[in-house]
Amino acid sequence: MSNNYIPMSTQPLLLAQGLCKTFGGVKAVQTAGIEVAAGSITGLIGPNGAGKTTFFNLLSNFIKADSGQIELNGQKIHNLQSYQIARLGMVRTFQVAKALSRMSVLENMLLGAQNRAGEKIWQVLLQPTLVKSQQRESKDKAMSILNSVGLSTKAYDYAGSLSGGQRKLLEIGRALMADPKLILLDEPAAGVNPRLIEDICGHILNWRKEGLTFLIIEHNMDVIMTLCDRVWVLAEGTNLVDGTPTAIQNDQRVIEAYLGID
Amino acid sequence: MVIYFVFLTISAATYAIFSLGLNLQWGVTGLINFGHVAFMAIGAYSTVLLSLQGVPIPIAVAVGAGLSALLGLLIGMSTLRLREDYLGIVTIGVSELVRLVAKNEAWLTKGTFGVQGYPKPFDFNPNYPTKIFFIIWLTAICGLALWRLVLWMRVKNTRLINGAIAIIFVLTVDVCGSLALYGALPPYYQYDYRAGLMLLTLTTLTVVYLGLERLVNSPWGRILKAIREDEEVPRALGKNVFWYKLQAFMLGGAIAGISGAFYAWQFSVFPDNFEPLITFNAWIIIILGGAGNNLGTIIGAVIFWGYSEVTRTELFKNIFRAVHLDDTQQGAFRVMIIGLILMLIMVLRPQGILGNKEELTLGK
Repeated sequence: MSNNYIPMSTQPLLLAQGLCKTFGGVKAVQTAGIEVAAGSITGLIGPNGAGKTTFFNLLSNFIKADSGQIELNGQKIHNLQSYQIARLGMVRTFQVAKALSRMSVLENMLLGAQNRAGEKIWQVLLQPTLVKSQQRESKDKAMSILNSVGLSTKAYDYAGSLSGGQRKLLEIGRALMADPKLILLDEPAAGVNPRLIEDICGHILNWRKEGLTFLIIEHNMDVIMTLCDRVWVLAEGTNLVDGTPTAIQNDQRVIEAYLGID
Repeated sequence: MVIYFVFLTISAATYAIFSLGLNLQWGVTGLINFGHVAFMAIGAYSTVLLSLQGVPIPIAVAVGAGLSALLGLLIGMSTLRLREDYLGIVTIGVSELVRLVAKNEAWLTKGTFGVQGYPKPFDFNPNYPTKIFFIIWLTAICGLALWRLVLWMRVKNTRLINGAIAIIFVLTVDVCGSLALYGALPPYYQYDYRAGLMLLTLTTLTVVYLGLERLVNSPWGRILKAIREDEEVPRALGKNVFWYKLQAFMLGGAIAGISGAFYAWQFSVFPDNFEPLITFNAWIIIILGGAGNNLGTIIGAVIFWGYSEVTRTELFKNIFRAVHLDDTQQGAFRVMIIGLILMLIMVLRPQGILGNKEELTLGK
């Protein structure tokens, strides 16, 4: 289908081509690719078992792809470790939100901060004032993000005491602490009550305005329709079609993939 | 009696340092290490063998700690990418390996006869000003401990009784230690190297404890705790999880290596001293005190040594004899009681003495 909705900049922020991954005899992902334009909210949909989460794991290199290329901002990243990819500005979240439940909400947030002096043993032992002042900065930033997502009153509670939706917000907020360019969201609306889904969507649109780019896996079509500029459909591990949300919604192939062909 | 208390203090402090290393690895980072004693053995052997060759004691200890960290690096490089239960199996194997090498490579380690006659720190007859200096030094350490205790007690009223017990304990250490340092104790009425060793052990324990507290509560420590919870999260947030695990493993190993030096000075250096049992004593100490809690680990070590020594006294021996346990059965019986205590703790206070109950009850 057409790609006439977004004026594509010369270089997409994220470009993946020909990704393949087999688990034993199962071809989870075969020659799948994606393009994410800078500043866009791009959706990734597909029926259950289409390989969306595996595809995310390949993009972030949590699982090593058998073959294929991934470029972030023109830089090849498929040979980098997942933590290095995160440092380059592509931060992922998880399908089941991973709040570190025995740490406080604030500590969860602080974990997201990058390049802090306090992350090195010798600096903790030898430069305590530098470590402290950086921690103060990070804490201010964390509190302002928590404030914006309405979790500031929970800052000193254990993250394990948060509800499912709040955990999703915490996870996105934690990713924001890393100052990413691109955030990969795996089903941000799954298991979240409708009120909070609206909130989450609102926040995502706001952050996009501030210059962030999102790639979102989601089953909730309302969310996809509200948020996405462009949608990629994955079926049986490979690209089916991509285009604007409305175009995708009416595409016969997509409907067949979801409902099966008679 | 008082010199016996000095002996007890050194033992407890040595085990406390040893367990603090394991606490960093397991309590904080979640790495299962069943072979912690290997680090201690490396530290003990390196220290005594080098100092026998005339290497100054501080350098010998530093080399021992370094070699222990190197062992941690070797184990870590090969296993830390695996799931944690594999690490547990590999570590217990390595610790037996180290012990058996020490037993058989007699050209290096003197084999089953053990290493003897090695130099010990502060093993001289101090003059009067030195004695006074030592006593002030000990009192300063105890003062620091008391100050921390008071701060700890001020948080909650319920801590008053426990705090008072701890304060009495610290004061006893100070008084007994000072008497020993001054050389005012029977049977010899003169300075014994054990008095100086106690001072040195307590100093090291203080430094290790304060350093670890700072590290564990820093961003560095936060990453370790995050790894314990779920290592995919720090990885997704740009942290080199493997490197942090390796750091925790090596630093914990180095600390255990230092404790090995004190073990050598306090007890003796025979291969069979470094049995897996020592590792599990450290596990008991950490579980008693509360996993992840450095202060709890120290308290656990004190209780562990208090228990194992008190039940060795004539009074308890007579009680045991009264219930028809002969002397050989008593040893096994004492261990059984430790098992029972552990079970009771797991049921009644699974978080340990200083652990946080809330942390345990929160699901993933």
